Amino acid sequence: MTKPLNVEHDSPSIAGHGATKSYAMQESMIVKWSLIAISLVFLALFLILPLVSIFVTALEKGWATYVASITDPDALAAIKLTLTVVLIVVPLNAIFGIVAAWAITKFSFKGKNVLITLIDLPFAVSPVIAGLVFILLFGAQGLFGEWLFQNDIKIVFALPGIVIATMFVTFPFVARELIPLMQMQGITEEEASISLGASGWKTFFLVTLPNIKWGLLYGLILCNARTIGEFGAVSVVSGHIRGMTNTMPLHIEILYNEYQFTAAFAVASLMSILAIITIIIKNFIEWKAKDE
Amino acid sequence: MKRRKKSVLLPGVFTAVLLLAACGDDPLESSEGKAEILNVSYDPTRELYVEFNKAFANHWKEQTGQDVTFQQSHGGSGKQGRAVIDGLEADVVTLALAYDIDEMAHTRQLLNEDWQTEFEHNSSPYTSTMVFLVRKGNPKGIKDWDDLVRDEVSVITPNPKTSGGARWNYLAAWGYADKKFNGDEEQIKSFMKQLFGNVEVLDSGARGSTTTFVEREIGDVLIAWENEAYLSINELGVDEFEIVTPSLSILAEPPVAVVDKVVDKKGTREVAESYLEYLYSDEGQEIAAKNYYRPRNEEILKKYSDQFQSLDLITIEDFGGWQEAQKTHFADGGTFDEIYQ
Repeated sequence: MTKPLNVEHDSPSIAGHGATKSYAMQESMIVKWSLIAISLVFLALFLILPLVSIFVTALEKGWATYVASITDPDALAAIKLTLTVVLIVVPLNAIFGIVAAWAITKFSFKGKNVLITLIDLPFAVSPVIAGLVFILLFGAQGLFGEWLFQNDIKIVFALPGIVIATMFVTFPFVARELIPLMQMQGITEEEASISLGASGWKTFFLVTLPNIKWGLLYGLILCNARTIGEFGAVSVVSGHIRGMTNTMPLHIEILYNEYQFTAAFAVASLMSILAIITIIIKNFIEWKAKDE
Repeated sequence: MKRRKKSVLLPGVFTAVLLLAACGDDPLESSEGKAEILNVSYDPTRELYVEFNKAFANHWKEQTGQDVTFQQSHGGSGKQGRAVIDGLEADVVTLALAYDIDEMAHTRQLLNEDWQTEFEHNSSPYTSTMVFLVRKGNPKGIKDWDDLVRDEVSVITPNPKTSGGARWNYLAAWGYADKKFNGDEEQIKSFMKQLFGNVEVLDSGARGSTTTFVEREIGDVLIAWENEAYLSINELGVDEFEIVTPSLSILAEPPVAVVDKVVDKKGTREVAESYLEYLYSDEGQEIAAKNYYRPRNEEILKKYSDQFQSLDLITIEDFGGWQEAQKTHFADGGTFDEIYQ
């Protein structure tokens, strides 16, 4: 037991130093490459393989079946509904996100932290609960149910319900992206603008908006992606009426359950393409933002 | 600065144009001068109603000159019932269990408590039953419920606690054992215990069990709805599976009803009632048979006798109705808890 210890002590200090150094280098190289290999294998197994399999399954029965699945009236209606929801939800979330972020970062007031916490709430709540909340509010047995029924206003199981549930789920994306950015930028530029006589609106459009442009776009893209893909909350409030209240993810689930695997994957491939485009735009924006 | 403004403006205009285009024909807008019927149904009836809706639309047009269009919604029967109670404005409901429609009458008085007397045959224009789906050539030689308790047979059925279909399976097996052992409860329970001891995967729903059996290729026999069994054979492989009809099974009566409160508000009562009535017509019965539901009309049933083998059928009334069966067998501490632990 004592012998090896002695040997170590006896060895020249420089040699010992050199040995540990190259050993450490060696180790870091091994660690580096094995980490890269692990992440590559992981990515291939859990991301690329499934993604490829979506397209393979979608095109399994040929191009004609693929086109037929996507141009089926119910599929088209689902695509259209999803895009309609995007066109309503994303602009509204842009406005609310900017307003909330503005209020939080440019003014000081009591209860600010409460507001920040509230904005984060949708991240913490399960989408299913988010959907059920709106059933409880606007469902026939809900708080406003009887009144809505009497006045023939449909909220849940129709477009408004889908929009509201999606808004709830996607609300934090824009605000969360803008708050740290605007906090970092502070209010000096706005103060300067206003002290030079610019109106509030002018200050916003000429000073604030250009400053937060990239952050805003980034938030909108995330919001957009989630809006297209949202399943849980929408599933609860949709009513699953074919050709009317089925969004793309719901349509995919139904096709799958009806043994129409090829059609299900055809629509899924369409969603994947949208996702890939989103990622490309996101990277482009990050790159542009870095550039400025 | 000016340049930047432009770059913000352009996508804005683009978005506005798209928005307008999307609003042009809102998918949720109803057209006028036409009757629109929303049929809220359960999972496996989609093909049936796609075909039937077309037939009825033609019939209605001939009779009255009015155009009628249909919307369909499908999902688990209990979930669909819940959605109607929560405000999904179904003109008619065509569900798997009377229990789900009873709930609509109890909680929101959407229809009368005696809705089931509204149409013939307990308001069930077609029926189904539980049969066995086995692998091609029936390698384990499965003929009847007896074969399901053999040691080397692996059975697939969903969990009766969570699945409506599974409760029918359970009661059908119970009914068979009841007949075999002349109502000796000890022997029935030990039969059921053996049967569920052979269950390899207990999925939470009927579709899940089908996937387990068909896609994952687990098990020797799947206990399934007759119409589902035919559907999976046709959709997934004529050469891979066979249907075995046991000597005794249970009669499932999927009921239909007009939702009074909705049709009175929308003014669609007449067309909704005729729609369900038409399910009993020769054409309606024929379409049901083609989609593997047993028609009520004896002659049409005979015509499809290759497809629907005759067997002894017990009914839910033999168990004292659903409320009673639920309490005895599937509630906590019921017979299912006793035999499956």
